[in-house]
Amino acid sequence: MPVIKLSDDKVRIIKDICAEYGNQEAEVLNVLRKVQNTLGYLPAEVQEVVAAELHMSVAKIYGIVSFYSFFTMQPKGKHPIDICLGAACMAKGGDKLLEAFKKHLNVEVGKCTPDGKFSLSTLRCVGSCSLAPVVSIGGKIYGKVTADQIPAMLAEYDEYEDVMQS
Amino acid sequence: MINLTIDNKPVQVPEGTTVLKAARQIGIHIPTLCYYELDGMKLENKPAGCRVCMVEIKGQKRLMAACATECKEGMEVHTNSLRAVNARRTVVELMLSDHPSDCLTCSKSGDCDLQRLSQAMGIREIPFPGEHSHHRKDISPAIIRDMDKCIMCRRCETVCNEFQTVGALHAINRGFNAVVAPAFEQDLVDSPCTFCGQCVMACPVGALNTVSHTRQVMSAINNPKKTVIVQTAPAVRVALGEEFGMQPGEVVTGKMVAALRRLGFDYVFDTDFAADLTIMEEGTELLDRISRHMAGDKSVRLPILTSCCPGWVNFFEYNFPDMLDVPSSAKSPQQMFGSIAKSYWAEKMGLKREDIVCVSIMPCVAKKYECGRDEFKVDGNPDVDFSISTRGLARLIKQYGITLSELPEEDFDRPLGESTGAGVIFGSTGGVIEAAVRTAYELYTKKSLDRVEFSQLRGIEGIREATVDFDGLPVHIGIAHGLGNARRLLEKVRSGKVQFHAIEVMACPGGCVGGAGQPFHHGNSDIIRKRQEAIYKEDRGKALRKSHENPDIIKLYNEYLGEPCGHKAHELLHTHYFDKSDKTVIEI
Repeated sequence: MPVIKLSDDKVRIIKDICAEYGNQEAEVLNVLRKVQNTLGYLPAEVQEVVAAELHMSVAKIYGIVSFYSFFTMQPKGKHPIDICLGAACMAKGGDKLLEAFKKHLNVEVGKCTPDGKFSLSTLRCVGSCSLAPVVSIGGKIYGKVTADQIPAMLAEYDEYEDVMQS
Repeated sequence: MINLTIDNKPVQVPEGTTVLKAARQIGIHIPTLCYYELDGMKLENKPAGCRVCMVEIKGQKRLMAACATECKEGMEVHTNSLRAVNARRTVVELMLSDHPSDCLTCSKSGDCDLQRLSQAMGIREIPFPGEHSHHRKDISPAIIRDMDKCIMCRRCETVCNEFQTVGALHAINRGFNAVVAPAFEQDLVDSPCTFCGQCVMACPVGALNTVSHTRQVMSAINNPKKTVIVQTAPAVRVALGEEFGMQPGEVVTGKMVAALRRLGFDYVFDTDFAADLTIMEEGTELLDRISRHMAGDKSVRLPILTSCCPGWVNFFEYNFPDMLDVPSSAKSPQQMFGSIAKSYWAEKMGLKREDIVCVSIMPCVAKKYECGRDEFKVDGNPDVDFSISTRGLARLIKQYGITLSELPEEDFDRPLGESTGAGVIFGSTGGVIEAAVRTAYELYTKKSLDRVEFSQLRGIEGIREATVDFDGLPVHIGIAHGLGNARRLLEKVRSGKVQFHAIEVMACPGGCVGGAGQPFHHGNSDIIRKRQEAIYKEDRGKALRKSHENPDIIKLYNEYLGEPCGHKAHELLHTHYFDKSDKTVIEI
């Protein structure tokens, strides 16, 4: 497996975010959140830089990253798909929907499609329980989703690609 | 002061005292598991996570964890109400439901806190069958992590992060998958781990343990082609007896020597001899640096740091790569011994180094790592082949049916078994530097010391400072034990806030007497203090108490080495250090 090397500008970005929060250990959650929002994910080397900047051990940073399901060490796709598995969505078949997405995309939870277009993950409640089961694609919320809608939903992003390419 | 009752007994305690400690004060011992304290050494783990110490407090709906609940005025605590006892039992049963039931073959059997609790509670079956959590076993050169046995007490995490400030271990994941591991679940050997082993000392179960070399040693002993020699570190002789029911601090030097002979070692030597040798080299280096410094040589790095402790060496290689030229280049006594045994002694005996198997008995876990370092090998043959802990030696003695207490007192073999009191005190915090001062003072002033004991260098405080008068030259000395204390002292030195001529560091609390290879003290720091007292007692009983007066050391220099810190001495007795700050290789 390749050893990830961070580019200097990425290191700069991480250091700036840490500095923004005063390099305070107490701000570690905010720092990690912002770094992930900026870089997309938190690979090991990113955690090493954060640890050094906040004067914490890498083991502790990894402990935090592995504890919260919000944090990911896997790169996300261009269009990250999140299937809600909160109580209401579960009751309305969120788990079956997740299986359908896995099958359709041929990808495991937490992983990215080989073309980097979609990644699949789960989350716990987006606060739209009346629309259960809920799917979020790149922040756009789809309600009352059924498995047979999946191809049409994903096709939206094909068109998007075409528009971007033309 | 706060007044309360525990099990109807009135007790008065200062504000901030926990229910657990208040109860202990009146002889009520509430069972604990995750709680771990090394009294007087600023080490305490009380995450209130295991819930074994739960008690009932009148007026409180829920049961409270005694380790984390502070006493309040008028509190009425019941430690053994049926509700508390049943809850505690359930907690232990639940823990056992995700714990391998392999006590018969577990390395911690007999010393396991969970096993003891289960026995005390009379648990005969586990009423919660279900899934067990599984984790990859990680075997490093010194420490084995068998995390299927982890109960998430997080003692190791507290020791590694807060006390040692090493930061190799932390709790990861959540719920059923939660476990303590290095970052990214790397192998320990790729983490910042120093192999000090204090996590092993703290682990209440068999999740963390040490690598054992006893089988290899016994097969070497039974190989007629090999000459198997053994060296024993000073701290072993003041702790070994504990494994055989003797009181902490009972000195068993002579019996230990006798036991080693009965185990079949061809020659029983003493690491104390090599400790005297270390002083000759380190003391000379100290004097050389001080006199060059006084002569205005700006290239001299002061303070000189001791380098006997392999956990400490690993620590500064990782954390202070900018100061690699500051520590003494002298090898540790273990390695000096191996080097001399396989050169000087081998030549004397007409033996080839490949035919000698050099074994060390150490109070230490990091020594297992140290003896495997590449720079301590000649053409792939290590100077020290195997390192066995105090506990490992005790196991061997028991396995061979030897009754330690009934053995006669025997003497070490010569010449590598002759030592002075200065070598003995290496086993305690402050001892290495006191031994160095005894020799450096006399070499520098050309005067004989009236008193060889330097009480200002002794004690159990984590960081100590003292000034010794070298006949008009004040020599400033710093001492730290525990790697967190060492870090604090070193950071002060690096920032220029304090100035010392010499600093002694030992990685373990109390020094080697509190080493991670010693009998488990279960957090009782009195045991460490008693071992420390025993070390100084052993020193007082020695005819010779200054390293440079050891006749066999003098002979070694005359016959073989030449001058301390001379060419040959450098070749055999000195080493160099590596920048390991970048050693973490991340592959995902």
